[in-house]
Amino acid sequence: MTKEMICISCPMGCMLTVVQEADGEVRVTGNTCKRGETYGRQEMTCPMRVVTSLVRLEGGVRPVCSCKTRQPIPKAKIPQALEEIAAQLKRAPLRRGDVVIADVAGTGVDVIATSDIAAR
Amino acid sequence: MNRKADVVVIGGGPAGLAAALQADAAGASVLVLERDKEPGGILQQCIHNGFGLHYFGEELTGPEYAGRFIDRVKQTGIEILTDTMVLEFTADRRVLAVSAEHGLLEIEAGAIVLAMGCRERTRGALSIPGTRPAGVFTAGCAQRLTNMEGYMPGRQVVILGSGDIGLIMARRMTWEGAKVMAVCELMPYSSGLNRNIVQCLVDNDIPLKFNHTVVRIHGRERVEAVTISEVDVKTKRPIPGTEETIPCDTLLLSVGLLPENELSIAAGVEMDSVTSGAVVDEERQTSIPGVFACGNVLHVHDLVDNVSHEAELAGRSAAAFAKHPAPAARAHRVIAEGGVRYAVPQMLSDKAEGKIDLYFRVGDVYRGAALLVKSGERTLLRRKKPIMTPGEMEKVTVDVTGLTDDVHLSIETEG
Ligand SMILES: Cc1cc2nc3c(=O)[nH]c(=O)nc-3n(C[C@H](O)[C@H](O)[C@H](O)COP(=O)(O)OP(=O)(O)OC[C@H]3O[C@@H](n4cnc5c(N)ncnc54)[C@H](O)[C@@H]3O)c2cc1C
Ligand code: SF4
Repeated sequence: MTKEMICISCPMGCMLTVVQEADGEVRVTGNTCKRGETYGRQEMTCPMRVVTSLVRLEGGVRPVCSCKTRQPIPKAKIPQALEEIAAQLKRAPLRRGDVVIADVAGTGVDVIATSDIAAR
Repeated sequence: MNRKADVVVIGGGPAGLAAALQADAAGASVLVLERDKEPGGILQQCIHNGFGLHYFGEELTGPEYAGRFIDRVKQTGIEILTDTMVLEFTADRRVLAVSAEHGLLEIEAGAIVLAMGCRERTRGALSIPGTRPAGVFTAGCAQRLTNMEGYMPGRQVVILGSGDIGLIMARRMTWEGAKVMAVCELMPYSSGLNRNIVQCLVDNDIPLKFNHTVVRIHGRERVEAVTISEVDVKTKRPIPGTEETIPCDTLLLSVGLLPENELSIAAGVEMDSVTSGAVVDEERQTSIPGVFACGNVLHVHDLVDNVSHEAELAGRSAAAFAKHPAPAARAHRVIAEGGVRYAVPQMLSDKAEGKIDLYFRVGDVYRGAALLVKSGERTLLRRKKPIMTPGEMEKVTVDVTGLTDDVHLSIETEG
């Protein structure tokens, strides 16, 4: 499999060509430095993202509270994570760092609140 | 009601809070005036992560970054008045404000820090032909509705402008269940970060159309579609025959930010026509003695980390002025030329010495060019940079001890 991608590790934005052979070996070309290779390899094998979203809130000064996955999760798990977050309804108050969902989408990563929302 | 404070900070965003903390640490009595219900500024609505890598050494979301500063402020004697809008300040440092709780306030300030941030450019400045139905928002307004009011502005979206706010909103609206049809960019390049192009658009299969603009908005009550068109790279005029009509219920505009300087202009602060912010010296003092400026009201920053550093400097300077009001005489100008669009500070005072950070932006994409900083015949710095782009603010540190001449920043493309 071959993928073209922009390296985002620095403003240079090198255009990488990443090839994965049948035996699983990954080759990166087009990179100017080592970080580009690391990035290309990760994006090809298992791209990871921090997901930020909103959780619905009852009895708060605002109807929603911002939240995020405490660590990056596999990109493929994002839709499931968003679904689980959308299904939540929490009660105010929420503090930054409060766990909103433990182990989201079976990733072993928690979703935590990122705003302080007082009760009404 | 009449009040007094050593340092009055106008605006309680990241710039205002960082300035207040430093002024307080220097022993000044500090009053922060914020028109919103709570401090934190624009960061409260920027719920994505990507803040604080430089300042805190970890990646935070906007509300987390603001929250850390608010926590610090709470541990001090700094007073923050929210729901308080500043109407005017004068050259003799009187601040007039109106507050929901206290009514009209007149405050005598030892020094003033301007930290009012930016406002988004709106469609009026763009004048797209067609009807004026509901469903046209600035990207920042849509961001506030979605992230703070829990209200989704639309289901099927076209975005005009590929600045970072537009890119971030493309991902947000997709993640919250909307369909983003396209992002149109008038220029042949994006002013947004590569990281946002990849993680917001490419990740979600959203097309980015360079050299494109919106030429018509359709719909009576609500947006029903927009017509986009390719533009000539040179003239920026739509090319006939390239129109395409995209059904949508929402058009988001992400066409840039403008420092919010009505108050500064009314007070007679000298302005820089490129940054649309005040002209300042190395202490961030404006042309009015005792009035300082920092953050997005001074020049548009892409990283809040730089805002915090700049604001700390302004806060320290303001506290020092409140203690010993000695107006600094302007000694040398800092001149941006030859590919450098602007530099901040624009002035150096007669007190400037030692190492000073100069922030600047270039007007084009430069690969393998060098930045040159000269004063008369003296070369203060020549720094080769692999890449410089208009979208990223650059910083260099130079020693200005014993200068006898103006400072010139330019780009050297050869050698
Ligand atoms: C949508 C968006 C996305 C961004 N993404 C990133 C990112 O990913 N990473 C990053 O590092 N940076 C990012 N930034 C940049 C960063 O958020 C800003 O640089 C920073 O918030 C600027 O801080 P400030 O205090 O100067 O302005 P603001 O945060 O705008 O604060 C100004 C404050 O002043 C108040 N005010 C204005 N006028 C008055 C008045 N007359 N009286 C009383 N109060 C007043 C306003 O209500 C506001 O609270 C982003 C910015 C935006 C807009
Ligand atoms: S490969 Fe290296 S130089 Fe190129 S964008 Fe990535 S980090 Fe930057």
